[in-house]
Amino acid sequence: MAIFLNENSVVIVQGMTGSEGTKHTRRMLASGTKVVGGVTPGKGGQIVDIDGHQLPVFNTVAQAMSATGANTSVVFVPPKFAKAAVIDAIDSAMPLVVVITEGIPVHDTASFYAYSVSKGTTRIIGPNCPGLISPGKSNVGIIPADITGAGPIGLVSKSGTLTYQMMYELRDIGFSTAIGIGGDPIIGTTHIDALRAFQDDPDTKAIVMIGEIGGDAEERAAAFIAEHVTKPVVGYVAGFTAPEGKTMGHAGAIVSGSSGTAQGKKDALEAAGVKVGQTPTETAQLLREILGR
Amino acid sequence: MDLFEYQARGLFEKHGVPVLPAAIATTPDEAEVAAKNIGGKVVVKAQVKTGGRGKAGGVKLAVDAVDAREKAGAILGMDIKGHIVRTVMIAAAAPIESEYYLAILLDRSNRTFLVMASVSGGMDIEEVARTAPEKLAKIPVSAVDGISAAKAKEIVSAAKFPFDVADQVAEVLLKLWEVFQSEDATLVEVNPLVKTKDGKVIALDGKITLDDNAEFRQSEHAALVDHEATNELEAAAKAKDLNYVKLEGQVGIIGNGAGLVMSTLDVVADAGKKYGGVLPANFLDIGGGASAQIMADGLSIILGDSDVKSVFVNVFGGITSCDAVATGIVQALELLGHKATKPIVVRLDGNNVLEGRAILAKAGHPLIEQVDTMDGAADRAAELAAL
Repeated sequence: MAIFLNENSVVIVQGMTGSEGTKHTRRMLASGTKVVGGVTPGKGGQIVDIDGHQLPVFNTVAQAMSATGANTSVVFVPPKFAKAAVIDAIDSAMPLVVVITEGIPVHDTASFYAYSVSKGTTRIIGPNCPGLISPGKSNVGIIPADITGAGPIGLVSKSGTLTYQMMYELRDIGFSTAIGIGGDPIIGTTHIDALRAFQDDPDTKAIVMIGEIGGDAEERAAAFIAEHVTKPVVGYVAGFTAPEGKTMGHAGAIVSGSSGTAQGKKDALEAAGVKVGQTPTETAQLLREILGR
Repeated sequence: MDLFEYQARGLFEKHGVPVLPAAIATTPDEAEVAAKNIGGKVVVKAQVKTGGRGKAGGVKLAVDAVDAREKAGAILGMDIKGHIVRTVMIAAAAPIESEYYLAILLDRSNRTFLVMASVSGGMDIEEVARTAPEKLAKIPVSAVDGISAAKAKEIVSAAKFPFDVADQVAEVLLKLWEVFQSEDATLVEVNPLVKTKDGKVIALDGKITLDDNAEFRQSEHAALVDHEATNELEAAAKAKDLNYVKLEGQVGIIGNGAGLVMSTLDVVADAGKKYGGVLPANFLDIGGGASAQIMADGLSIILGDSDVKSVFVNVFGGITSCDAVATGIVQALELLGHKATKPIVVRLDGNNVLEGRAILAKAGHPLIEQVDTMDGAADRAAELAAL
């Protein structure tokens, strides 16, 4: 087991013919992911050779799904065309759509997210996220596959590089699934969605939750943990030194007034019984103590 | 990007939201001319991107053009909560009967849009929300359906607007939705929306926040950027497409990935407590591909900051391997030559870390010091900044 992504995941790449799409399709294939084709409107019918894999290109997600049996899509389409790509995937009832694209206008994200909710058949992860990996089973997105292997830790994070850092710190123990949910103001899958899935996943014994400034997702996650999560959770929050009103890299990482501060998030998590580390290394150490390793 | 009031007013006017005649001025002379053109009593309003300007004396009524000149002279150059007033808006004065509140915004928590409306406008709406939440109607708006005429009526009645202004307020809401959607705004706020003594509904003051991600389809928004307020280093970084924010401390920071860089700032600030309160000097995320050129651009921005006493390069090799990053650092220092003068603590970890560390060791640059852990490197960088 793992969450959202496993050995039965069959993947198509929207935007595979673009430079980012091609580069990461190669990396996903190399890590054992079952990538079976791509979607680029207007390029349907082409065959792309990626390291000896002959991958068909389709005009629409529906065509790609019926031809390949894909159940997961990963989106590398530029911001300008991302909304249309995600809507195409939702219209085809693609079960899982992982949106890597950074810089999508929030009106577009709000719109495709609302559309996915109204259809009720697609889970969106991202946008502006590194994707997710269930080590040894499948890897969708841009997370390096060789940091660590399978193990009992579930990881959910807004940030890509902090995900990698934490996987590296705990590489001797390993992960069931590590998921980067993205740093935009609106995202398809939240900390809570991932926590719920980890709680229900028999392979996951302990959970690491990484948050950052902006919004109130961590506070809500804390309330969820107190109520519904019985597995041990350790936390880390980035952005204590971020000044008010300045966006820190991620479009969603901004402190407005007293809302969205790192201290508020840390306090909420600790009140819910989550041990929160002062640095990524200390957070990893807290998890080791819990697992006795 | 947050807009000035006069810029918000401009977008209101463009989309047919009712506003009063107004003009901007940067000198008392201009203010006098503007007031003369508008005629009668005018209000002189400081243009600053912060609240509480009325209490600070940044909004004044002027009886005529000569008075407007005088009032503008008093307001221009004022410091309101750290914001220097460079521009005033001269607006016609309106006899007000009632003040309301209307806003359309992005509701992150519920992942949708939200209208907030109240017949108790004019004052701090957060205060209203806290002390009398029943006076603030909050109505979710679907990002797919938006605000239709029927939805606007529903909102107006939920917020209990009086019968005589209901139709006008509904009309304003439709126009504000047009502003919100077509300008890619994340906040459009009117406070106050007023009913004048002759029964007209007018947006008297407004606040708009625009989505920077929409720049590619909002070419007119580039003209709204306030270049004077932008820090010189931030402007230079933006020209190089670097994600940089100037802060107040002494340790220059370069890292890859927004989350890791934010974390680096925290770890440095924490380590800095030992050295008399050393703090990070900036946020700089060089992203996934740390090429020599990007590294050189980043280093030159940071070394150009006279506040910086030491530099901490914190890179986790994910997609980019550490040997490429190390080569980037070495080449960047060659490119910078004698301009590189401050000690640089480098922490590399992740993909090809041993090769990366070996490249830096072999280069043996006198400014570079390697520390293998993030916490240890932060400590060393803070220590060097305190020397």
